[in-house]
Amino acid sequence: MALDKNQIAQRIAKEVKNGMYVNLGIGIPTLVANYIPEGIEVVLQSENGLLGMGPFPTEDKVDADLINAGKQTITTLPGSAIFNSAESFAMIRGEHVDLTILGAMEVSENGDIANWKIPGKMVKGMGGAMDLVASAKNIIVAMQHTARDGSSKLLKECTLPITGVHCVKKIVTDLAVLEVVDGGFKLLERAPGVSTEAIRAATAGNLIVDGDVPEILL
Amino acid sequence: MINKTVQNAQEALQGVQDGMTLMLGGFGLCGIPENAIQELLRLGVKNLTCISNNAGVDDFGIGLLLQKRQVKKMISSYVGENAEFERQLLSGELEVELIPQGTLAERIRAGGAGIPAFFTPAGYGTEVGEGKETRAFNGKMYLMESWLKADFSFVKAWKGDTAGNLIYKGTARNFNPMMATAGKITVAEVEELVPAGELDPNLIHTPGIYVQRIFKGENYEKRIEQRTVRST
Repeated sequence: MALDKNQIAQRIAKEVKNGMYVNLGIGIPTLVANYIPEGIEVVLQSENGLLGMGPFPTEDKVDADLINAGKQTITTLPGSAIFNSAESFAMIRGEHVDLTILGAMEVSENGDIANWKIPGKMVKGMGGAMDLVASAKNIIVAMQHTARDGSSKLLKECTLPITGVHCVKKIVTDLAVLEVVDGGFKLLERAPGVSTEAIRAATAGNLIVDGDVPEILL
Repeated sequence: MINKTVQNAQEALQGVQDGMTLMLGGFGLCGIPENAIQELLRLGVKNLTCISNNAGVDDFGIGLLLQKRQVKKMISSYVGENAEFERQLLSGELEVELIPQGTLAERIRAGGAGIPAFFTPAGYGTEVGEGKETRAFNGKMYLMESWLKADFSFVKAWKGDTAGNLIYKGTARNFNPMMATAGKITVAEVEELVPAGELDPNLIHTPGIYVQRIFKGENYEKRIEQRTVRST
């Protein structure tokens, strides 16, 4: 069975280690915060200018002057810090943020990522994604393995305008956990009940399978 | 102390003309100069180049200026919340330069700090890098990006004093402090305006040297784009 969005987030949460500063993108990555295990202390960075992002506020604590990068109302935590946008990206460019988790429309087998533009159709802009992927020490992508029409989103080369080159390290999809290595996507784990053959069929880029591949444990 | 106070938005925006380049603070609708935008609408100035991280929503923020066709060009990082923007862009009515958010922030900071250019890895190998000078440092490739400046910068702060010193609140700070430094004329609108001496100098975010005009704003709507709450 393919993973749903929450299960993808749950699997990614296992990659988060104690003491990390983490930037979560919009969409599935935001859900990762819900699954960080007890006892793991992480600080979430929101690139609009907050370290130590807390949960959504209760109704009486809603503050229009306190939002995250997805424009959602949020809260601070004990130890939070607020800063301007230049400082925020100094943290990112300066590699002080340990892990970036973001969504993608396409990833190529050499680690290029496309997630900001569909020419002629959608032009929302890259926001902070280009800065994040160009500088993050570690990047994990959360995405669906295939598009709605069944076409693969894990490609030899991206067809959409790219966001960054050679930057993706790990990918968690509804079907698999993969690592970007020399020569392609190395299959690390399979979604429960999804065969290696099914994953190969859904992967347009080169899939590297080394021995028996375990199922994802949530 | 030099007194930067003006009475209202009307006085603060004197000298804004067609064809000018403007910076407008804010991230989404958080920390936007609502009073200055209302006055730009009233003035009806056209052919503006607006530098702002976002373009508002259809019926608020810079979206209001787009509706009135006052904007010739937007320089932003993310414009996804504005259908009118996307329509004008795809139809070619509006010019747009999309810039990685960190690059945008740093280009504005550089403009205010007198640094004409710098190198950043963001956008290398993408269409953002097309036509730009590149250089390798320690084996990694970087793009040269240049400073941004404006004829007028419009910023919104929480508290300010008559000397132009500003304090922001929460994530409404965002692009406001850099923009305050990069305007030939910087106009600050604040929720609370106090006499010089009442704000603690240790807590000032934007020193008054960057601010030419300051006024107490009115009728802040502070619209929330994504009102997310938890029950307990």
